[in-house]
Parts: sequence; structure tokens; C-alpha cells
Amino acid sequence: MARIVGIDLGTTNSLVAYVDDRTGLPVVIPDREGRRLLPSVVGFTPDGILVGEAARRQLARRPTDTVYSVKRLMGRGWEDVKEELPYFPFRVLPAEGTVKLTVGGREVTPPEVSAIILRALKERAETHFGEPIERAVVTVPAYFNDSQRQATKDAGRIAGLDVVRIVNEPTAASLAYGLHRLGQGVIAVYDLGGGTFDISILRVKDGIFEVLATNGDTHLGGDDLDRALMLWLLQDVQTRHQAELARDGVDLARDNEAMQELRLAAEAAKIRLSSEERTTLTLPFAGFTYHRVITRAEVEALIEPLVGRTLGPCRQALADAGLGPADIDQVVLVGGSTRVPLVKRRVQELFGQTPHSQLNPDEVVALGAAVQAQILAGGITDMLLLDVTPLSLGIETLGGIVSILIARNTTIPTSAREMFTTSVDGQTVVDLHVVQGERELAKDCRSLARFELRGIDPMPAGMPKIEVTFLIDANGILQVQAQEQRTGKAASIEVKPTYGLGEADVERMIEDSFTYAEADVETRMLIEARNEADTVLTHVGRALRQGANLVGDTERGAIEAAVAALRQAREGHDRDAIRERTTDLNHATERLAEAMMDAALKGALGTRRADEVMDLGASRAGES
Amino acid sequence: MSDFFQVFGLERRLAIDGAALQRRFYELSRQWHPDFHQAAPPAEQARALEESARVNAAYRALRDPLTRVEYLIRLDEGRETKEGAAVKPKAPPALLAEMFEIQEALEEARTGVLDDGTRATLGAQRQALRARMAEAEAQITGPLSRAWDAAAPADRPGALAALNEALATRAYVRTVVDDLGLALGEETEETHGAHRRD
Repeated sequence: MARIVGIDLGTTNSLVAYVDDRTGLPVVIPDREGRRLLPSVVGFTPDGILVGEAARRQLARRPTDTVYSVKRLMGRGWEDVKEELPYFPFRVLPAEGTVKLTVGGREVTPPEVSAIILRALKERAETHFGEPIERAVVTVPAYFNDSQRQATKDAGRIAGLDVVRIVNEPTAASLAYGLHRLGQGVIAVYDLGGGTFDISILRVKDGIFEVLATNGDTHLGGDDLDRALMLWLLQDVQTRHQAELARDGVDLARDNEAMQELRLAAEAAKIRLSSEERTTLTLPFAGFTYHRVITRAEVEALIEPLVGRTLGPCRQALADAGLGPADIDQVVLVGGSTRVPLVKRRVQELFGQTPHSQLNPDEVVALGAAVQAQILAGGITDMLLLDVTPLSLGIETLGGIVSILIARNTTIPTSAREMFTTSVDGQTVVDLHVVQGERELAKDCRSLARFELRGIDPMPAGMPKIEVTFLIDANGILQVQAQEQRTGKAASIEVKPTYGLGEADVERMIEDSFTYAEADVETRMLIEARNEADTVLTHVGRALRQGANLVGDTERGAIEAAVAALRQAREGHDRDAIRERTTDLNHATERLAEAMMDAALKGALGTRRADEVMDLGASRAGES
Repeated sequence: MSDFFQVFGLERRLAIDGAALQRRFYELSRQWHPDFHQAAPPAEQARALEESARVNAAYRALRDPLTRVEYLIRLDEGRETKEGAAVKPKAPPALLAEMFEIQEALEEARTGVLDDGTRATLGAQRQALRARMAEAEAQITGPLSRAWDAAAPADRPGALAALNEALATRAYVRTVVDDLGLALGEETEETHGAHRRD
């Protein structure tokens, strides 16, 4: 059987892995430069598309054309996401059953953006194996609903990948642990990623990975921690530099570039504070430099409510599994956000034991996806994953009440049969509204689709008997079949998904995807050279405004000449020339940069203790 | 179509060895799960999907002694075997009368503010009812289940009726416990999806 790879399509980073035939162990496939994580960032430029690290580097430079965290938009409608849209610098518009992003002068849907990431991983694998890769197992958060799963499958199709299985991230992680004989008995997998939170309770026994219960929040992750810190930073900058901002008439909250800088600074500070007790932030803005020390305790106070929100789903999952914290043999941490010390403490308190993370929390999901891929390819026969559907499935009945057909945490695949009939004489069409969720009223649940059963022979009301089978397959995706009982013939069903793309849309996007090709290596390097030039030009522009008095006229003249030379080179297509002029400008401003740093240090020394100044020195070294 | 007991090769009895049932469930899962039929022709894949859905449904119905009784009753009534649609059995009239006062207090609690005295009384009643619920469950999964297993064919309807009534009592008591919980702002009993440890 042809090779199947495992893909972790993450909010922040994505990875591709496979099981090595010789060792039988899963391994991550690195790119040519040896990088294992592909940042889930896509940049749209006039010259082509950037994916991964190159796109991530232009986040602050081209905020409106660089898409990150698109996973948060997958399978969602405008109403679901409109509250968080102000935090995204790129434009998101409502569309039927989905949202559209306006980036780089064109409109794309979230599955198309995800497809660009998947295609980059596909190519990474093809380069590694030297053969085409057409099939993949792709992971999703366990708490993803039907539309979000379907959107992920669509993304695969657009990327030219047959998604042979959608696997839940925490269960994938448990497979990787299981393969290494690290997880046995009853285990709890706590998975806090970039944008989503899952908790899954499993029994691992005799090679069977039986999920007992799962719960989560598909809108809670590292992004939210960053946002809390970013908003706090924004307020702090606005308070401390009120005078400068008023003088220059700048509203930081409306400045996309400044907000991106703040977001990236917040993320970097959060990461540093996982290993250090305090860190220094130095952020150059147009007109002033923000500088302050922030402690872990301060950040913990900000993120405490968010971390607290993960505990309710944990308790619910335990209750659904019929277990107490003491029944859990092992707690496993998955996802980059579990590196946050506060997260570890709260998990430890809840389960009364030290959680562990022997396998790299950034990679373990992809490794598990590779294991599942190998199972499907027939390469592993002694392991089997029995997963569950995370949300109850029901139909809307009279008065908008939901009648549950398949309860949450039912092992999949699973099916339910229900009889339907007509309520009016001669009725030939019956409408069904299928929803997903735990609330009593259909309007409070997630609308999945409306089904129209057609071609019913005209009969008195209540006479026709149409048996409808609702089947949730091993991907957690719903399939519906209907049969008229008297005639035994299959009833025709028209499905109108509430969210997501229609078949015709997906077909068109597969066609379009060829025009959205990733920029080739030459173009990519040109774009990167231009981006780098833009970054330096902006910094130098700021520096000249703030510190022009720190250097003499001759030096200022030399800087201005270098700026003009770079501006000119940047308009051309000679990447080496752009690089050289960028280096020239960097050299020309060395003295100015030193002078400004000295001034900042002197200013800082007046009010700060010596160890904090040491911190400042360290962060400076780290940034160069 | 075979019933859920037959899926596991079991006689129609309420006494089931949980560990053996789990072992058999794992074996059948290995036999039918779609993961192991990826390369099979479409017809075989469809069959595997259907069989594995059935094995899952059967295990879900039988693994817990209480849902097992509920399934037995559905089977006896010839009702569709599916989740969540069980018609609520009527609670015994004696029980309804007994709960009348609590229901009234609940009604008051819903409309007004709870004073500490009422809160304490309702809390105590909730505790007592929880104990009663547990007692009903013990009756169902213990003596009443054993009685049905031991009954001669002619006595089975009677044994089943006793189970049905005990289930109705439990369901009704649980509703009141949940209502009290809501009124007191405490967590409710799990209404669906839960299964016990085996």
C-alpha cells in the first residue's frame, strides 16, 4: 500500500511525520534547513505566497496580508468569530456558511489557507521520500464539531491530499505514548495548544486505546494567553507614553503594525517567563521606546482566568467517564501551552499527581498521527484506537426542542435510526434539522445541516414511513441515509450544510489552488530580501526621528544616502543588490544604534536595580 | 437482526461478567473496526462500518448494569434501539404524593430568594433523595435483576414490570434531585453519556 503520512495541522505550528519501517517508530520530517515545525502562517504578496517561517517573519511587516491562526476560523460562520476578529490584522468578511479573508488583493476561505499549509507539508514529505504523497491522516482538536472536521477534510482535498482519517489530537498523542509503552492504564491527556483545548480520558489496555470521555473548548489556547498579555501591554504603553502618543496623534489600538509588534512581544515574553521569573521588554515605537520589566507573577494573574477555564471541561470529562481524579493512572501534557508553569500547577492540583511530558509536546500529536497512518496502511496491527464523538447529535422537534439521537462520548463509528412521517395529507417532502451540542433548545446548539427527504409518494398524513439512519463514521463526521419503508427504495436527500463549503465550491477551489502556487525559491528569496529591507528602513526611520541629535551631520548624511540607495534597490528585482544595500544601511547606523542604546540604558539606570539592567543587556544580545 | 446480547454471544441475562464483556468487545472491535478494512472492496468496508457501529452500540447498552436493564425493557417492548428516546415511564402515584411538598418548596425557590432555612431544608432533602436514588439503583442492579434472571418464562413479565417500576422511581427521583440541585446552584447528576467504571 502506498505511504500515508501523519499531519498535525496546528493553530501555531504544523508538522508532518511518518513511521520508519526499519525501527517501527514515528519520526518528524524536517525541511531542507532541518526545521521540524512549520509555522502555520501564510503570507500573500504580489509576487507569490509565503508559507511557514518566511511568512512568520513578515507578520509585523505585512500584517494585513499575512494570515496566522486560521485554524480558529475553520468550519465557522461569521457569528462564531466576529468577536475576536478585531484582534486579527487581516480582513475577514462574512460569506454564506463560512467567512472569507481578503488578503493580497484576493478572497480566500479558511480551508484554502489551511490547504496552502498542507501543501507545503506534502511537498516536504515528497522531497524526503522522492515520491508523490497523496494520502494523509490529519489531526483535529477532539472537541471539533462536524463542520470543523469537514472543513479540515476540504482543506486536504484542495491541497491534493486524500485525508484518509481525521484523528483527534489528544488520542493521537496517546498512540505515540502507547507505542513507546509510556502510557498504560487509565490516562488523562490534557492538550492545550495554540488555539484549542482538549481533555481526553482513555483506557489503554492490550493495545486497545479506548477513549472513555472527551471534552474541551475549541476557542481557548496560547493565542488567548498572548491576547490577555497583549491587551495589558497595550494599556501599559498607552499609560506610560500618553504624552508622546498624544503629541504624535497616534492611536496604537488602530495601528496594525504596532499591534502585531505587541502581540509578538507578548508571545515572546510569555515563552521566556516559562523558564525565567522575570523578563525585560524593550519595544521601539515611532517616537519613543517602551521599556519595562515584567514578572511571571504579573502574567499569571492575567492568564489565571483562562487557565481556570480548562478545569471545568476536565471535571466534566471525568464525570462522563464515571471516574474521579484518583482513578487516573497518568496525566500526559500535550501542546506548547502546557509549558506554562501555571498550567502545570493547575493540572497537578486537579489530578493530585505530577503530569508528565516525556515526548515533546510540540511533536507528539504528529507522531501519533503517523502511528494512526501506519495502522491504516496495515503496517501496525496490534494497536487500535476506539474514539468517541465529542458532542451529542440530535434533531430539532416540535417547539425547537432537541431530541438526542447519539449521546456525546459514544464510541465511533456509531449509528442511530429514526422513523419519520408526514404531518399533512399529500406531503411529499420532509424537513429535518440536525444539530450538535448539549443544550435543550436547537437554537442554542450548533446547526449542522438541514435535510430534505424528497420524492415521498402523496399519502394521507402519517402514512409514509421513512427510516433515516444517522451514522457517525470513524472520522467523527456525520453521514445520513434514508429509506422509505413500504417501498424499500432509498429516499432522495438534499443536504444543506449550515456551515462549510458546497461540493461545487471545493471543486472550484481545487482548480484555483494551482494559481495560488507557493512562490518559487528565487521569488521567495526576493520577497524575503524586500521584507528585510522594509524592516530595516522602518527601524532606521524611527531611529532618525528619535535620535538624530545623537550623531553628527556627516553621519546623518551617510545614513540618509544609504537609505536612498536601499529604497532604490528595493524597487528592483536584484535580490543580492537589496541584500547588500541592507547590509550597508545596517553598517551606516551602527553608531546611531549604540548611541541610542546607551541613552536608553542611562535613562533606565536612574530608576532600576542593577540586575534588571543585566536583563536588558541579555535581551539585547538575544535580539541581535 | 440479532439483539445486543447475541452480538456478544450471550444469553439474554442481566448478570454479565464485565471483564469478559470488555474482552469480547475488544476482540470484536479488532475484527470489525474500519481501520483494519481500509484496503477492502467498498462493500466489505461498508459491512465493517455497520458491524463496528453495532458492536459499539451493543457494548454501550450492556456494559452498565442500569442501561442493560433499560435495554432489556426496550427489547421486550420491541422499541427501536436507540439512545435518548426512551419514553419517560410514569412515576408511582405514592411517590408523586410524597414529593408534593418538595415540589411546592421548589416552586417557591424558583420564584423567590432562598432564605438560609429553606436552603438547608432543601439541601437535606436532596441528600436524602440521592440516597434513595442510590438505593433504587442497588435494587435494580441487584435483587430485581437477579429475580428476572431466575424467573421462569411465565414469571418474567412480572419481574420485568418490577424492574420497570423501579426504573421509573429512580428516573423521577433523579429529576427532583436535579431540580433541587439547580435551585440550590449545585451541580446536577449526569443526565446522559456517563458510564460507570468496570
